[in-house]
Amino acid sequence: MRVNGKEVSLDNNQSLMQFLVANQFDVATLAVARNGEIVPKANYDTVILCEADSLEVVRFVGGG
Amino acid sequence: MADQLIIGGHRFTSRFILGSGKFSLEIVEAVVENGGAEMVTLALRRANLGGEENILDYIPKQITLLPNTSGARTAEEAVKIARLAREINCGNFIKVEVIRDSKYLFPDNYETIKATEILAGEGFIVMPYMYPDLNVARDLVSAGAAAVMPLASPIGSNKGLSTRDFIEILVNEITVPIIVDAGIGRPSQACEAMEMGVDAIMCNTAVATAKNVPLMARAFGQAIESGRNAYLAGLGRVLTEAGEASSPLTGFLED
Amino acid sequence: MAKKRTNPMAYQPGMEMIASDIRDKVLKTVDNFDHFKVSSQDVEAALKKDHLSAEDYGALLSPAATPYLEEMAKKAIIETRKHFGNSIALFTPLYIANYCENNCVYCGFNCQNKIRRGKLTMTEMAEELQTIAKTGLKEILILTGESRFHSGVEYIGAAIKLATRYFSTIGIEIYPLNTDEYAYLKKCGADFVSVYQETYNLSKYEQVHLSGSKRVFPYRFDAQERALIGGMRGVSFGALLGLDDFRKDAFATGLHAAFILQKYPHAEIGFSTPRLRPFINNVDNNPNDVHEKQLLQVMLAYRLLMPFAGITISTRERAGFRDHVIGMVATKISAGVSVGVGGHEEEEKGDQQFEISDPRSVSEVHQMILKRGLQPVYSDYIRV
Repeated sequence: MRVNGKEVSLDNNQSLMQFLVANQFDVATLAVARNGEIVPKANYDTVILCEADSLEVVRFVGGG
Repeated sequence: MADQLIIGGHRFTSRFILGSGKFSLEIVEAVVENGGAEMVTLALRRANLGGEENILDYIPKQITLLPNTSGARTAEEAVKIARLAREINCGNFIKVEVIRDSKYLFPDNYETIKATEILAGEGFIVMPYMYPDLNVARDLVSAGAAAVMPLASPIGSNKGLSTRDFIEILVNEITVPIIVDAGIGRPSQACEAMEMGVDAIMCNTAVATAKNVPLMARAFGQAIESGRNAYLAGLGRVLTEAGEASSPLTGFLED
Repeated sequence: MAKKRTNPMAYQPGMEMIASDIRDKVLKTVDNFDHFKVSSQDVEAALKKDHLSAEDYGALLSPAATPYLEEMAKKAIIETRKHFGNSIALFTPLYIANYCENNCVYCGFNCQNKIRRGKLTMTEMAEELQTIAKTGLKEILILTGESRFHSGVEYIGAAIKLATRYFSTIGIEIYPLNTDEYAYLKKCGADFVSVYQETYNLSKYEQVHLSGSKRVFPYRFDAQERALIGGMRGVSFGALLGLDDFRKDAFATGLHAAFILQKYPHAEIGFSTPRLRPFINNVDNNPNDVHEKQLLQVMLAYRLLMPFAGITISTRERAGFRDHVIGMVATKISAGVSVGVGGHEEEEKGDQQFEISDPRSVSEVHQMILKRGLQPVYSDYIRV
């Protein structure tokens, strides 16, 4: 599975939430787009990731 | 009866909007406090695996976050970024910034109008960054913009109010708040813009590149407040030299 | 037995209602402003500004501004030259019909007045237009009284079409129409519409417009907006100064134009300053304290409010006044005028609306303009 352009390994049947937590992402301060579509926060537990997925995980940084 | 800045129904006492780029994270908090800013812009970038520092930890909780769409080169990209930013769940404000000129960083006014219309339709409080053009400003307001953010001069140039006359026209003709953004280099320039009747100032580089960053933030906060007070007080008359016509223009009147 | 009069706010059958908040904005601003509370400091502050607020504009119309007329004139002349250079536009009015169903107490065409009523046939119109065109004029203003029966929209449209053969710019000063009717006349070749509200004070308006379509205040008020929606290029505003409180009426006129321009930024704006003048059957009418000084004050205030707007000086005023205001504040002047029906080629076919004070011909006015160091202009447009 690709995350932010990089290949990462994926455990089977991992939900998005499990994946993020396992990789020490601060879920409250992120947004995720999966295969180009934004995933609503409410669905993080129910969306199951697969090998072919491509995720963009974004957060706020200084700017502007 | 406080003089408040009202954007998209939200009320602010401070008219200083801080851009948070070009700062190290530790400074951000000091700058926000010293400058008195109540709104801070943020960009959206990829989060990396592993627990990295989060800017949100350095911004006091009561500050309104203004995500921007920096990186977008088209309306479509701006819309995508805006939707992602909203998903982080920090409110409905979005600063639309569509730039496809990497030399001067001028915004693309027409893509900005397009993005504004789409995002306003989705309930965002849209604050578009634009090159001061009256027709475009009118189109932005029609498209649903909650404010209009004309540039003073190129981003980071610290050149001040190069577009002064055109910003003044916007102040005279546009009914939503005018927020001057980009190119303000000194507190006196921010003060001058506020004296003209501009509603708020956004700046970043001028503060971030000062020798004493928190103190410069304070200077800006004070300058913006002072300019606003001068505007509200009504600027005094400028004495002009008297020019006498040889005979009065109104000497012909009868009855 | 008092005649039961209709409600001046009630639309009559066939009158289009548009959704617009401009009338409320104008009347509210006028109501909240007291010209007698203005101080000389307020006037001085207004004169220092480039961009007048509503309050500044009101100040320039107040009695406190009267001692500042010379200063207002000095500022106005700079603004007029900035926007118009030395150009003075020439035109003439052509009344094609004076039938009228309205009962307006101050007007020569009042339906109750026993005057000679006339209406030009197409042949007569062509002769009039040709005669006028021979003087060199390229802009004409077509007028009628209010009578859809005698001078309906199609008749007026035909007149406009005829006029396009001789004139590049055609304005109309007729009764208020609906949007689609303005669109029709635009297609026929008219570009500019003048409608004078006469007075913006509803209760006075009600007293002087006793019956007929003109009795309906809001329908008349919204005419310029309907004209612009219908595609007209420009609109002119004016109040009959002296009918009511001329300061309030001039204030309302300027605000009306400003709000229209704000909503329709492409519109060309014009002002006229008709002042009450004697006419047949009613020599007792007083000008109501609008002396030349006050008339000039109004014109100067219009100029300072909208430096880019055209201001017309009519033949109701004497030659000396007209000669001095052009170039200072007025940008358009009528010449070779007849205010009866026709009257250019033949004897007038219908009686005049008012008395003319300046009967000079086009060439005489042309010479006068040159003598004053200004440039007579016949046409700003070509018809393609």
